[in-house]
Amino acid sequence: MSIAANPGQTGARGRWLAGSAVALYALIAMIPLFWIFATGFKSPPDSIAYPPKVFFEPTLEGYVNLFTSRSRQTDEYIKTLGPPKTWYEEIARSRNMVITGPSRFVDRYWNSVVIGFGSTFLAVFLGTLAAYAFSRFKVPLKDDLLFFILSTRMMPPIAVAIPIFLMYRELGLSDTKAGMILLYTAVNLSLSVWLLKGFVDEIPREYEEAAVVDGYTRLQAFRKVVLPQMRAGIAATAIFCLIFAWNEYAFALLLTSGHAQTAPPFIPIIIGEGGLDWPAVAAGTTLFLLPVVVFTVLLRNQLLRGITFGAVRK
Amino acid sequence: MAEIRLENLHKAFGDFTAVRESSFTIADGEFFVMLGPSGCGKTTTLRMIAGLELPTSGRILLDGEDVTWNRASARDIAFVFQLFALYPHMTVRRNISFPLRIAGLPRKEVRERTESVAKLLQIEHLLDRGVGGLAAGDRQRVALGRAIVRRAKAFLMDEPLGALDAEFRDVMCEELRVLHNRIGATTVYVTHDQVEAMSMADRICVMNHAEVLQIGSPLEVYDRPATKFVAGFIGSPSMNFLPAKGGLPAGSRAIRVNGSEIAIPETQASLESAEAFVGARPEHIQITGEGALRGRVFGVEYMGARQLVTVDTDVGRLRVRSPNTLRVNDGETVGLDFMTERLAVFDAATDRAVPTLRAEGGLNG
Repeated sequence: MSIAANPGQTGARGRWLAGSAVALYALIAMIPLFWIFATGFKSPPDSIAYPPKVFFEPTLEGYVNLFTSRSRQTDEYIKTLGPPKTWYEEIARSRNMVITGPSRFVDRYWNSVVIGFGSTFLAVFLGTLAAYAFSRFKVPLKDDLLFFILSTRMMPPIAVAIPIFLMYRELGLSDTKAGMILLYTAVNLSLSVWLLKGFVDEIPREYEEAAVVDGYTRLQAFRKVVLPQMRAGIAATAIFCLIFAWNEYAFALLLTSGHAQTAPPFIPIIIGEGGLDWPAVAAGTTLFLLPVVVFTVLLRNQLLRGITFGAVRK
Repeated sequence: MAEIRLENLHKAFGDFTAVRESSFTIADGEFFVMLGPSGCGKTTTLRMIAGLELPTSGRILLDGEDVTWNRASARDIAFVFQLFALYPHMTVRRNISFPLRIAGLPRKEVRERTESVAKLLQIEHLLDRGVGGLAAGDRQRVALGRAIVRRAKAFLMDEPLGALDAEFRDVMCEELRVLHNRIGATTVYVTHDQVEAMSMADRICVMNHAEVLQIGSPLEVYDRPATKFVAGFIGSPSMNFLPAKGGLPAGSRAIRVNGSEIAIPETQASLESAEAFVGARPEHIQITGEGALRGRVFGVEYMGARQLVTVDTDVGRLRVRSPNTLRVNDGETVGLDFMTERLAVFDAATDRAVPTLRAEGGLNG
């Protein structure tokens, strides 16, 4: 346990030291995040300036480029169009660009949301049921089955990328949301079953037995008595699953191209004038980070309890 | 309220027999304690009555109705668990009213019954607290409240005082008994603590190795143990066993212990085995100058009005409870006299007590 977790045993000085250490670490860890956030508001020249600029004139150009498709036109042509109608057209015009329509970022982002949250829900839902069964019932070959489930995690998923690619092509699952949800659920399921089984094991059977004696059926006892006590575990598991599915890059790159492409393979290919458009990439990354941050903040209390579960004597 | 009847109840987990062919009846309104060391099958029996475990064979009758294969929820039995099993995500009020809410009683009735139970148990002031911060004794009361509020046919309790500290256990023992007298519900209480059993039970059922050894009132079980195990398990310090020579015909009045004769109550049946044990409780041995048996004092523990003297003899180490007016020192040689009418004789081969014309209860040991 860290010093900060035992305030009773250490003085104010110890707590202050521990607090400062944590704050310092947090600061260092957040520098890259801050840099990405800042880059999103730089102009392309500022983003690649050397030495790097800490102070710069903020612009929304990166965000405009992220959400739009543009084409470069001659001054003569632009003059024929009349004055820009919106603020984002104005930004584009200043670079001799004309906005031709929205980019595919919103589509990709939506794909990420559907696939990420969908697979998380499925992995946690199936994991909860499986964990409960493994924890409570006499399952033949229980240990072997659990080991088998664990073994699916023993090699990096990408090692089976080619077989999966071929299978998906045969089954027509390539480049579909259902296919990606299925894949991420399968990868996350082992984590979810094992994590959740630990949580179910910690809940004494007496709770269910008491509920059953008091008139509940087994399923009701599970829903009304076990599930509420698994909240912390489910929250922690959901966050881990979501982070994996949300960030996954390799499979998304391999298996999706048009229809079901998620944000991770899309963001790096935002090409701007003369190579990568770094502010647009940074803007996309910033927006991409938000859901996980929001989800984690919403569940942070549960998460804290979930992660320290079993470490503290109740 | 109901009578609980077990008929040839048997439970095996694979090769392991947890309960062997038990048959007994628990009377309506009785406080019935099942006593035995851990792993003896008492909790399994209780769980079978509750429906949390299904028997391998045999029948369970609740007020004459065969409930052997009924779901736990259909038996109308309340269960108090060792670790209370209070739902941690509910307040005291919701914990107590839980079974009523499941049954779908109208809100008003749920409220009234919950509050009257809380009043009975003196936990009204805790009703709207969470169960997390409660002291062990209050948790115990909440668990009892959840059981009582249903007015179930019977209460089953699985070592409900096991999680309390010794001091508080005595208080709760008394409260439980008072509560029982007031409600009069059939209660089956499982414990491994003989003091709890003796102080609360109408009848005690002593179990060991999946078998019911004896069922009787606390006095009967203490004074006329049916087997050597029961004799040794009940009473603290436990009964002394002196190895003796067997092969006694019915009507014998003495038994040979290490060459000397010790008088015993007249036997009612013959003792065939070659070996036997004489059982003597510490309070039924007196320290004298002479005596049937001699030994060296090994240690003396003063316990206020009484003292516990440990004496090494040729037949083993005996513990004697004697008045503290007697002064004995370590290493001193003393004689031991036995209160004939209080001795028990056990067959070494079967562990069973040999029936004798023992003085019936009552004597102040």
